[in-house]
Amino acid sequence: MQKKYGIFDIIGPVMIGPSSSHTAGAARIGRIARLIAGSEIVKADFILHGSFSKTYRGHGTDRALVAGILGMLPDDDRLRDSMDLAKEAGISISFREGSLGDVHPNTVRIDMTLADGEIISVTGSSIGGGAVLITRIGDEDVQFTGNYPTLLITHTDSPGVVAHVTRLLYEASINIAFMSVFRSQRGKSATMIFETDENIPEGTLEKLKDVSGVGGIRFLPVASDSLSYPVTT
Amino acid sequence: MNISSGSELIGACEKQGITIGEFAIRQESEETGISYEEIWNRMKEALKVMESSTSKGVSEKVISVSGLIGGDAYKMGKYLKEGRSVGGSVTTRAMAYALACSEVNASMGKIVACPTAGACGILPAAVMTMKEEHGIGEKDIILGLFAAGAVGAVIAQNATISGAEGGCQAECGSAAAMAACAIVQMMGGTPGMCLDAGAIVFKNTLGLVCDPIAGLVEVPCAKRNAQGVLSAIGAADMVLAGVESRIPFDDTVEAMYSIGRAMPESLRETGIGGLAGTAAGKILAKRIFGEK
Repeated sequence: MQKKYGIFDIIGPVMIGPSSSHTAGAARIGRIARLIAGSEIVKADFILHGSFSKTYRGHGTDRALVAGILGMLPDDDRLRDSMDLAKEAGISISFREGSLGDVHPNTVRIDMTLADGEIISVTGSSIGGGAVLITRIGDEDVQFTGNYPTLLITHTDSPGVVAHVTRLLYEASINIAFMSVFRSQRGKSATMIFETDENIPEGTLEKLKDVSGVGGIRFLPVASDSLSYPVTT
Repeated sequence: MNISSGSELIGACEKQGITIGEFAIRQESEETGISYEEIWNRMKEALKVMESSTSKGVSEKVISVSGLIGGDAYKMGKYLKEGRSVGGSVTTRAMAYALACSEVNASMGKIVACPTAGACGILPAAVMTMKEEHGIGEKDIILGLFAAGAVGAVIAQNATISGAEGGCQAECGSAAAMAACAIVQMMGGTPGMCLDAGAIVFKNTLGLVCDPIAGLVEVPCAKRNAQGVLSAIGAADMVLAGVESRIPFDDTVEAMYSIGRAMPESLRETGIGGLAGTAAGKILAKRIFGEK
Protein backbone atom coordinates (compact mmCIF):
# COMPACT_ATOMS: atom_id res chain seq x y z
CA MET A 1 0.00 0.00 0.00
CA GLN A 2 1.25 3.47 -0.85
CA LYS A 3 2.05 5.75 2.06
CA LYS A 4 -0.45 8.58 2.50
CA TYR A 5 0.25 12.11 3.64
CA GLY A 6 -2.10 14.98 4.39
CA ILE A 7 -1.22 18.61 3.66
CA PHE A 8 -0.41 19.30 7.32
CA ASP A 9 1.89 16.33 7.57
CA ILE A 10 3.99 18.30 5.08
CA ILE A 11 3.38 21.91 6.17
CA GLY A 12 3.76 21.18 9.84
CA PRO A 13 4.01 20.49 12.63
CA VAL A 14 4.36 23.91 14.17
CA MET A 15 7.02 23.15 16.73
CA ILE A 16 9.92 24.33 18.82
CA GLY A 17 13.14 23.35 16.98
CA PRO A 18 15.53 22.01 16.12
CA SER A 19 14.43 18.50 15.20
CA SER A 20 10.99 17.02 14.63
CA SER A 21 12.12 13.59 15.78
CA HIS A 22 14.55 14.63 18.52
CA THR A 23 12.60 17.59 19.91
CA ALA A 24 8.91 17.54 18.93
CA GLY A 25 8.62 13.75 19.13
CA ALA A 26 10.43 13.73 22.47
CA ALA A 27 8.00 16.29 23.90
CA ARG A 28 5.08 14.16 22.74
CA ILE A 29 6.46 11.02 24.38
CA GLY A 30 6.95 12.96 27.62
CA ARG A 31 3.42 14.30 27.50
CA ILE A 32 1.86 10.90 26.83
CA ALA A 33 3.89 9.46 29.73
CA ARG A 34 2.49 12.17 31.98
CA LEU A 35 -1.05 11.35 30.88
CA ILE A 36 -0.43 7.66 31.54
CA ALA A 37 0.95 8.44 35.01
CA GLY A 38 -2.27 10.34 35.60
CA SER A 39 -1.27 11.92 38.88
CA GLU A 40 1.39 14.09 40.39
CA ILE A 41 4.93 13.16 39.33
CA VAL A 42 7.67 13.93 41.85
CA LYS A 43 10.58 12.35 40.02
CA ALA A 44 11.32 11.44 36.41
CA ASP A 45 14.31 9.37 35.36
CA PHE A 46 15.03 9.17 31.64
CA ILE A 47 16.98 6.35 30.04
CA LEU A 48 18.03 7.42 26.54
CA HIS A 49 18.76 4.87 23.84
CA GLY A 50 20.61 5.06 20.50
CA SER A 51 20.58 8.37 18.66
CA PHE A 52 18.66 9.92 21.57
CA SER A 53 21.57 9.14 23.87
CA LYS A 54 24.21 10.46 21.47
CA THR A 55 22.73 13.80 20.46
CA TYR A 56 20.18 14.68 23.09
CA ARG A 57 21.84 17.84 24.37
CA GLY A 58 22.37 19.50 21.02
CA HIS A 59 18.83 18.70 19.93
CA GLY A 60 17.23 19.75 23.18
CA THR A 61 15.79 16.24 23.55
CA ASP A 62 16.29 16.49 27.31
CA ARG A 63 14.42 19.79 27.60
CA ALA A 64 11.66 18.52 25.30
CA LEU A 65 11.14 15.34 27.33
CA VAL A 66 10.91 17.32 30.55
CA ALA A 67 8.54 19.82 28.90
CA GLY A 68 6.32 16.88 27.98
CA ILE A 69 6.37 15.60 31.55
CA LEU A 70 5.22 19.08 32.58
CA GLY A 71 2.31 18.74 30.14
CA MET A 72 3.60 21.03 27.39
CA LEU A 73 2.86 20.49 23.73
CA PRO A 74 5.69 20.53 21.13
CA ASP A 75 4.91 24.12 20.12
CA ASP A 76 5.03 25.55 23.64
CA ASP A 77 7.36 28.58 23.87
CA ARG A 78 8.35 27.58 27.41
CA LEU A 79 9.82 24.29 26.17
CA ARG A 80 13.40 25.54 26.19
CA ASP A 81 13.08 26.58 29.86
CA SER A 82 11.55 23.30 30.99
CA MET A 83 14.47 22.32 33.25
CA ASP A 84 14.00 25.42 35.38
CA LEU A 85 10.24 24.98 35.38
CA ALA A 86 10.60 21.37 36.57
CA LYS A 87 12.84 22.55 39.38
CA GLU A 88 10.26 25.17 40.38
CA ALA A 89 7.57 22.49 40.32
CA GLY A 90 9.69 20.36 42.66
CA ILE A 91 10.16 17.51 40.19
CA SER A 92 13.56 15.89 40.30
CA ILE A 93 14.98 14.92 36.93
CA SER A 94 17.79 12.64 35.86
CA PHE A 95 19.15 11.44 32.52
CA ARG A 96 21.30 8.49 31.67
CA GLU A 97 22.37 6.74 28.51
CA GLY A 98 21.58 3.07 28.20
CA SER A 99 20.58 0.27 25.86
CA LEU A 100 16.90 -0.54 25.76
CA GLY A 101 17.39 -3.57 23.53
CA ASP A 102 16.34 -4.06 19.93
CA VAL A 103 14.28 -0.88 19.61
CA HIS A 104 14.08 2.17 17.32
CA PRO A 105 17.22 4.40 17.49
CA ASN A 106 15.22 7.25 19.04
CA THR A 107 13.81 5.54 22.10
CA VAL A 108 13.47 6.61 25.71
CA ARG A 109 12.26 4.92 28.86
CA ILE A 110 10.76 7.22 31.45
CA ASP A 111 10.53 5.98 35.03
CA MET A 112 8.12 8.25 36.86
CA THR A 113 7.80 8.26 40.62
CA LEU A 114 4.43 9.48 41.84
CA ALA A 115 3.62 11.32 45.04
CA ASP A 116 2.44 8.06 46.69
CA GLY A 117 5.72 6.31 45.84
CA GLU A 118 4.37 4.25 42.95
CA ILE A 119 6.73 3.99 39.98
CA ILE A 120 5.30 3.93 36.45
CA SER A 121 7.58 3.21 33.54
CA VAL A 122 6.75 4.22 29.96
CA THR A 123 8.85 3.48 26.86
CA GLY A 124 8.33 5.32 23.59
CA SER A 125 10.04 5.85 20.25
CA SER A 126 10.15 8.94 18.09
CA ILE A 127 9.69 7.45 14.66
CA GLY A 128 10.06 10.49 12.39
CA GLY A 129 8.47 13.83 11.63
CA GLY A 130 7.34 14.18 15.24
CA ALA A 131 5.27 11.00 15.17
CA VAL A 132 5.73 8.66 18.14
CA LEU A 133 4.96 5.13 19.19
CA ILE A 134 4.47 4.10 22.81
CA THR A 135 5.82 0.56 23.08
CA ARG A 136 5.81 -0.40 26.74
CA ILE A 137 3.98 0.53 29.94
CA GLY A 138 5.30 -1.12 33.07
CA ASP A 139 5.85 -4.79 32.21
CA GLU A 140 3.34 -4.82 29.35
CA ASP A 141 4.26 -4.45 25.70
CA VAL A 142 1.83 -2.11 23.97
CA GLN A 143 1.65 -0.18 20.73
CA PHE A 144 -0.15 3.09 20.09
CA THR A 145 0.57 6.50 18.59
CA GLY A 146 -1.28 9.05 20.70
CA ASN A 147 -2.84 10.47 17.52
CA TYR A 148 -6.28 9.44 18.72
CA PRO A 149 -8.07 9.41 22.05
CA THR A 150 -6.65 6.23 23.57
CA LEU A 151 -8.16 3.89 26.11
CA LEU A 152 -5.83 1.48 27.91
CA ILE A 153 -7.38 -1.30 29.94
CA THR A 154 -5.52 -3.96 31.88
CA HIS A 155 -7.64 -7.04 32.40
CA THR A 156 -7.58 -10.74 33.10
CA ASP A 157 -7.05 -12.83 29.99
CA SER A 158 -10.44 -14.53 29.98
CA PRO A 159 -13.32 -14.84 27.50
CA GLY A 160 -15.92 -12.10 27.39
CA VAL A 161 -13.99 -9.15 28.81
CA VAL A 162 -13.23 -7.63 25.41
CA ALA A 163 -16.83 -8.15 24.25
CA HIS A 164 -18.19 -6.49 27.36
CA VAL A 165 -15.93 -3.47 26.92
CA THR A 166 -16.69 -3.03 23.22
CA ARG A 167 -20.41 -3.22 23.95
CA LEU A 168 -20.15 -0.36 26.43
CA LEU A 169 -18.22 1.70 23.83
CA TYR A 170 -20.90 0.89 21.25
CA GLU A 171 -23.63 1.98 23.65
CA ALA A 172 -21.83 5.33 24.07
CA SER A 173 -21.67 5.71 20.25
CA ILE A 174 -17.89 5.60 20.27
CA ASN A 175 -16.29 4.51 17.04
CA ILE A 176 -13.16 2.41 17.42
CA ALA A 177 -10.49 3.37 14.86
CA PHE A 178 -7.91 0.80 15.98
CA MET A 179 -7.98 -1.91 18.58
CA SER A 180 -5.39 -4.34 19.87
CA VAL A 181 -4.94 -6.80 22.71
CA PHE A 182 -1.56 -7.68 24.19
CA ARG A 183 -1.18 -10.56 26.57
CA SER A 184 1.93 -11.44 28.54
CA GLN A 185 0.79 -14.89 29.62
CA ARG A 186 -2.22 -16.99 28.69
CA GLY A 187 -4.97 -16.81 31.29
CA LYS A 188 -3.13 -14.15 33.30
CA SER A 189 -3.03 -10.45 32.63
CA ALA A 190 -3.49 -8.65 29.34
CA THR A 191 -3.84 -5.11 28.02
CA MET A 192 -6.37 -3.92 25.49
CA ILE A 193 -5.91 -0.68 23.66
CA PHE A 194 -8.58 1.26 21.82
CA GLU A 195 -7.84 4.26 19.63
CA THR A 196 -11.16 5.98 19.09
CA ASP A 197 -12.63 8.76 16.98
CA GLU A 198 -14.41 10.39 19.91
CA ASN A 199 -13.40 11.25 23.44
CA ILE A 200 -14.84 8.85 25.97
CA PRO A 201 -17.25 10.42 28.48
CA GLU A 202 -16.65 10.09 32.21
CA GLY A 203 -19.84 8.03 32.68
CA THR A 204 -18.65 5.37 30.24
CA LEU A 205 -15.24 5.22 31.92
CA GLU A 206 -16.99 4.58 35.25
CA LYS A 207 -19.03 1.76 33.74
CA LEU A 208 -15.91 0.25 32.20
CA LYS A 209 -14.26 0.11 35.62
CA ASP A 210 -17.08 -2.14 36.87
CA VAL A 211 -16.71 -4.71 34.10
CA SER A 212 -15.76 -8.08 35.59
CA GLY A 213 -12.13 -8.89 34.84
CA VAL A 214 -11.09 -5.28 34.23
CA GLY A 215 -8.17 -4.16 36.37
CA GLY A 216 -6.92 -0.65 35.62
CA ILE A 217 -8.24 1.90 33.17
CA ARG A 218 -6.33 4.78 31.69
CA PHE A 219 -7.80 7.21 29.21
CA LEU A 220 -5.60 9.58 27.23
CA PRO A 221 -7.57 12.37 25.58
CA VAL A 222 -6.06 13.53 22.32
CA ALA A 223 -3.73 16.50 22.51
CA SER A 224 -4.87 19.59 20.68
CA ASP A 225 -1.53 20.16 18.99
CA SER A 226 -0.82 20.18 15.31
CA LEU A 227 0.84 16.79 15.61
CA SER A 228 -2.36 15.16 16.78
CA TYR A 229 -3.86 15.56 13.36
CA PRO A 230 -4.65 12.02 12.22
CA VAL A 231 -1.74 10.69 10.22
CA THR A 232 -2.53 8.03 7.66
CA THR A 233 0.44 5.89 6.81
CA MET B 1 -3.77 12.81 -0.44
CA ASN B 2 -5.71 10.58 -2.75
CA ILE B 3 -3.39 11.52 -5.59
CA SER B 4 -0.69 9.09 -6.51
CA SER B 5 1.57 11.19 -8.72
CA GLY B 6 2.44 14.62 -10.05
CA SER B 7 0.90 13.89 -13.43
CA GLU B 8 -2.33 12.82 -11.75
CA LEU B 9 -2.27 16.05 -9.75
CA ILE B 10 -1.88 18.16 -12.91
CA GLY B 11 -4.63 16.18 -14.63
CA ALA B 12 -7.07 16.65 -11.76
CA CYS B 13 -6.39 20.40 -11.56
CA GLU B 14 -6.72 20.90 -15.32
CA LYS B 15 -9.96 18.92 -15.42
CA GLN B 16 -11.49 21.13 -12.76
CA GLY B 17 -9.83 24.30 -13.98
CA ILE B 18 -8.31 25.11 -10.58
CA THR B 19 -4.86 25.70 -9.12
CA ILE B 20 -2.91 23.04 -7.22
CA GLY B 21 -3.46 25.02 -4.03
CA GLU B 22 -7.23 25.11 -4.47
CA PHE B 23 -7.28 21.42 -5.31
CA ALA B 24 -5.26 20.65 -2.18
CA ILE B 25 -7.68 22.39 0.18
CA ARG B 26 -10.69 20.65 -1.37
CA GLN B 27 -8.96 17.26 -1.15
CA GLU B 28 -7.91 17.84 2.44
CA SER B 29 -11.43 18.83 3.40
CA GLU B 30 -12.92 15.83 1.64
CA GLU B 31 -10.49 13.35 3.19
CA THR B 32 -10.63 14.62 6.77
CA GLY B 33 -14.22 15.82 6.99
CA ILE B 34 -12.90 19.15 8.30
CA SER B 35 -14.45 22.27 6.78
CA TYR B 36 -12.76 24.31 4.03
CA GLU B 37 -12.67 27.31 6.33
CA GLU B 38 -11.05 25.47 9.21
CA ILE B 39 -8.39 24.05 6.92
CA TRP B 40 -7.77 27.51 5.50
CA ASN B 41 -7.37 28.97 9.00
CA ARG B 42 -4.98 26.23 9.97
CA MET B 43 -2.67 27.24 7.14
CA LYS B 44 -3.10 30.88 8.11
CA GLU B 45 -1.78 29.97 11.57
CA ALA B 46 1.20 28.21 10.00
CA LEU B 47 1.87 31.33 7.92
CA LYS B 48 1.91 33.45 11.09
CA VAL B 49 4.63 31.25 12.54
CA MET B 50 6.56 31.50 9.26
CA GLU B 51 6.32 35.29 9.43
CA SER B 52 7.58 35.43 12.98
CA SER B 53 10.47 33.04 12.42
CA THR B 54 11.70 34.87 9.30
CA SER B 55 11.51 38.31 10.87
CA LYS B 56 12.97 37.28 14.23
CA GLY B 57 16.21 35.93 12.81
CA VAL B 58 16.79 39.03 10.69
CA SER B 59 15.95 41.65 13.31
CA GLU B 60 18.08 40.16 16.07
CA LYS B 61 21.13 37.92 16.37
CA VAL B 62 19.78 34.46 17.07
CA ILE B 63 22.37 31.95 18.30
CA SER B 64 21.92 28.17 18.27
CA VAL B 65 21.86 26.06 21.42
CA SER B 66 25.26 24.56 20.62
CA GLY B 67 26.70 27.94 19.62
CA LEU B 68 27.76 26.51 16.28
CA ILE B 69 25.67 28.91 14.18
CA GLY B 70 23.84 32.18 14.58
CA GLY B 71 23.76 35.83 13.60
CA ASP B 72 24.15 35.21 9.86
CA ALA B 73 20.58 36.16 9.01
CA TYR B 74 21.10 39.40 10.91
CA LYS B 75 24.22 40.10 8.82
CA MET B 76 22.31 39.39 5.61
CA GLY B 77 19.46 41.65 6.70
CA LYS B 78 21.90 44.49 7.34
CA TYR B 79 23.60 43.87 3.99
CA LEU B 80 20.20 43.97 2.28
CA LYS B 81 19.49 47.40 3.75
CA GLU B 82 22.85 48.70 2.55
CA GLY B 83 21.80 47.92 -1.02
CA ARG B 84 25.16 46.50 -2.09
CA SER B 85 23.85 43.03 -2.94
CA VAL B 86 25.32 41.33 -5.99
CA GLY B 87 22.21 39.29 -6.74
CA GLY B 88 19.71 42.04 -5.97
CA SER B 89 17.21 42.41 -3.18
CA VAL B 90 15.09 39.34 -4.06
CA THR B 91 17.89 36.81 -3.64
CA THR B 92 19.45 38.57 -0.66
CA ARG B 93 16.15 38.83 1.15
CA ALA B 94 15.29 35.22 0.40
CA MET B 95 18.63 33.99 1.76
CA ALA B 96 18.32 36.20 4.84
CA TYR B 97 14.90 34.73 5.61
CA ALA B 98 15.98 31.14 5.00
CA LEU B 99 18.95 31.59 7.33
CA ALA B 100 16.66 33.28 9.85
CA CYS B 101 14.28 30.33 10.12
CA SER B 102 17.16 27.88 10.36
CA GLU B 103 18.74 29.90 13.16
CA VAL B 104 15.47 30.25 15.03
CA ASN B 105 15.02 26.49 14.71
CA ALA B 106 18.53 25.75 16.00
CA SER B 107 17.98 28.09 18.95
CA MET B 108 14.89 26.13 20.03
CA GLY B 109 12.54 28.77 18.70
CA LYS B 110 9.17 28.15 17.07
CA ILE B 111 9.06 27.11 13.40
CA VAL B 112 6.91 25.23 10.94
CA ALA B 113 8.50 22.00 9.74
CA CYS B 114 8.03 22.20 5.95
CA PRO B 115 8.51 19.45 5.13
CA THR B 116 11.01 18.97 7.98
CA ALA B 117 12.55 21.13 10.69
CA GLY B 118 15.95 20.81 9.00
CA ALA B 119 14.56 22.39 5.81
CA CYS B 120 12.20 24.79 7.59
CA GLY B 121 13.68 27.97 6.08
CA ILE B 122 13.09 27.45 2.37
CA LEU B 123 9.32 27.72 1.91
CA PRO B 124 8.82 30.57 4.42
CA ALA B 125 11.71 32.47 2.79
CA ALA B 126 10.11 32.00 -0.62
CA VAL B 127 6.62 33.19 0.33
CA MET B 128 7.75 36.09 2.53
CA THR B 129 10.07 37.30 -0.22
CA MET B 130 7.20 37.08 -2.71
CA LYS B 131 5.07 39.12 -0.35
CA GLU B 132 7.61 41.85 0.17
CA GLU B 133 9.26 42.01 -3.24
CA HIS B 134 6.25 41.31 -5.45
CA GLY B 135 3.33 42.40 -3.29
CA ILE B 136 1.65 39.00 -3.25
CA GLY B 137 -1.40 39.15 -0.96
CA GLU B 138 -2.20 36.83 1.93
CA LYS B 139 -4.86 34.86 0.07
CA ASP B 140 -2.48 33.96 -2.75
CA ILE B 141 0.30 33.18 -0.29
CA ILE B 142 -1.93 30.73 1.56
CA LEU B 143 -2.97 29.12 -1.71
CA GLY B 144 0.74 28.91 -2.57
CA LEU B 145 1.42 27.12 0.71
CA PHE B 146 -1.32 24.61 -0.05
CA ALA B 147 0.23 24.02 -3.48
CA ALA B 148 3.58 23.41 -1.78
CA GLY B 149 1.89 21.03 0.64
CA ALA B 150 0.28 19.04 -2.15
CA VAL B 151 3.55 18.70 -4.01
CA GLY B 152 5.33 17.72 -0.79
CA ALA B 153 2.71 15.05 -0.17
CA VAL B 154 3.28 13.61 -3.64
CA ILE B 155 7.03 13.52 -2.94
CA ALA B 156 6.56 11.91 0.49
CA GLN B 157 4.14 9.34 -0.89
CA ASN B 158 6.38 8.30 -3.76
CA ALA B 159 9.82 8.81 -2.26
CA THR B 160 10.90 10.27 1.07
CA ILE B 161 11.30 13.63 2.81
CA SER B 162 13.65 12.26 5.46
CA GLY B 163 17.37 13.04 5.44
CA ALA B 164 18.08 9.80 7.25
CA GLU B 165 16.44 7.93 4.39
CA GLY B 166 17.32 10.00 1.31
CA GLY B 167 19.96 12.58 2.22
CA CYS B 168 19.61 16.36 2.04
CA GLN B 169 18.14 16.13 -1.47
CA ALA B 170 15.07 14.63 0.24
CA GLU B 171 14.80 17.47 2.77
CA CYS B 172 16.18 20.70 1.26
CA GLY B 173 15.61 19.36 -2.26
CA SER B 174 11.97 18.61 -1.55
CA ALA B 175 11.48 21.92 0.30
CA ALA B 176 12.96 23.81 -2.66
CA ALA B 177 10.78 21.92 -5.14
CA MET B 178 7.74 22.77 -3.01
CA ALA B 179 8.80 26.43 -2.81
CA ALA B 180 9.33 26.59 -6.58
CA CYS B 181 5.78 25.33 -7.14
CA ALA B 182 4.41 27.89 -4.69
CA ILE B 183 6.27 30.74 -6.41
CA VAL B 184 5.11 29.74 -9.90
CA GLN B 185 1.51 29.48 -8.75
CA MET B 186 1.68 32.85 -6.97
CA MET B 187 3.01 34.40 -10.19
CA GLY B 188 0.12 32.98 -12.20
CA GLY B 189 1.74 29.90 -13.73
CA THR B 190 -0.27 26.78 -14.62
CA PRO B 191 -0.20 23.55 -12.55
CA GLY B 192 2.02 22.01 -15.22
CA MET B 193 4.47 24.90 -14.94
CA CYS B 194 4.49 24.52 -11.14
CA LEU B 195 5.60 20.91 -11.37
CA ASP B 196 8.12 21.71 -14.11
CA ALA B 197 9.73 24.15 -11.68
CA GLY B 198 9.77 21.40 -9.05
CA ALA B 199 11.38 19.04 -11.54
CA ILE B 200 14.11 21.58 -12.37
CA VAL B 201 14.87 22.02 -8.66
CA PHE B 202 15.26 18.28 -8.18
CA LYS B 203 17.52 18.02 -11.21
CA ASN B 204 19.78 20.58 -9.57
CA THR B 205 19.73 19.16 -6.06
CA LEU B 206 19.99 15.44 -6.83
CA GLY B 207 22.77 13.72 -4.96
CA LEU B 208 22.91 16.23 -2.12
CA VAL B 209 23.99 14.31 0.96
CA CYS B 210 22.99 14.86 4.58
CA ASP B 211 26.24 15.34 6.52
CA PRO B 212 25.58 17.54 9.54
CA ILE B 213 28.39 18.37 11.93
CA ALA B 214 27.89 16.53 15.22
CA GLY B 215 24.54 15.33 13.87
CA LEU B 216 22.98 18.72 14.64
CA VAL B 217 20.61 20.64 12.36
CA GLU B 218 23.06 23.53 12.00
CA VAL B 219 26.14 23.12 9.77
CA PRO B 220 25.69 22.95 6.80
CA CYS B 221 21.87 22.95 7.10
CA ALA B 222 21.31 26.69 7.53
CA LYS B 223 23.30 27.62 4.41
CA ARG B 224 21.69 24.78 2.45
CA ASN B 225 18.35 26.35 3.29
CA ALA B 226 19.64 29.63 1.83
CA GLN B 227 20.81 27.79 -1.27
CA GLY B 228 17.51 25.93 -1.51
CA VAL B 229 15.41 29.05 -1.83
CA LEU B 230 17.75 30.38 -4.53
CA SER B 231 17.26 27.15 -6.43
CA ALA B 232 13.48 27.59 -6.13
CA ILE B 233 13.60 31.19 -7.37
CA GLY B 234 15.85 30.23 -10.29
CA ALA B 235 13.65 27.34 -11.36
CA ALA B 236 10.53 29.50 -11.10
CA ASP B 237 12.07 32.18 -13.28
CA MET B 238 13.10 29.65 -15.91
CA VAL B 239 9.63 28.15 -16.07
CA LEU B 240 7.88 31.53 -16.10
CA ALA B 241 10.14 32.48 -19.02
CA GLY B 242 8.76 29.50 -20.90
CA VAL B 243 11.53 26.97 -20.25
CA GLU B 244 10.26 23.39 -19.91
CA SER B 245 11.71 20.45 -18.03
CA ARG B 246 12.63 17.61 -20.37
CA ILE B 247 12.35 15.16 -17.46
CA PRO B 248 8.87 15.13 -15.90
CA PHE B 249 8.45 15.84 -12.19
CA ASP B 250 7.50 12.27 -11.27
CA ASP B 251 10.67 10.92 -12.87
CA THR B 252 12.82 13.38 -10.93
CA VAL B 253 11.15 12.25 -7.70
CA GLU B 254 11.86 8.65 -8.60
CA ALA B 255 15.48 9.54 -9.37
CA MET B 256 15.81 11.33 -6.04
CA TYR B 257 14.49 8.27 -4.21
CA SER B 258 16.71 5.78 -6.01
CA ILE B 259 19.77 7.98 -5.43
CA GLY B 260 18.82 8.31 -1.77
CA ARG B 261 18.63 4.57 -1.36
CA ALA B 262 22.00 4.17 -3.00
CA MET B 263 23.64 6.60 -0.57
CA PRO B 264 25.81 5.02 2.10
CA GLU B 265 24.51 5.41 5.64
CA SER B 266 27.46 7.64 6.50
CA LEU B 267 25.90 10.30 4.26
CA ARG B 268 22.36 10.04 5.60
CA GLU B 269 22.09 12.15 8.74
CA THR B 270 24.50 10.10 10.80
CA GLY B 271 27.07 12.87 11.26
CA ILE B 272 29.82 10.54 10.04
CA GLY B 273 30.70 11.20 6.39
CA GLY B 274 30.93 14.23 4.12
CA LEU B 275 31.49 17.55 5.88
CA ALA B 276 31.00 15.88 9.27
CA GLY B 277 33.95 13.65 8.49
CA THR B 278 36.35 16.46 7.57
CA ALA B 279 39.10 17.64 9.91
CA ALA B 280 37.21 20.85 10.69
CA GLY B 281 33.96 18.95 11.12
CA LYS B 282 35.50 16.57 13.62
CA ILE B 283 37.09 19.40 15.60
CA LEU B 284 33.74 21.21 15.85
CA ALA B 285 31.96 18.02 16.88
CA LYS B 286 34.57 17.33 19.53
CA ARG B 287 34.16 20.82 20.90
CA ILE B 288 30.39 20.36 21.17
CA PHE B 289 30.50 16.90 22.70
CA GLY B 290 33.38 17.94 24.93
CA GLU B 291 31.15 20.53 26.57
CA LYS B 292 29.04 17.85 28.27
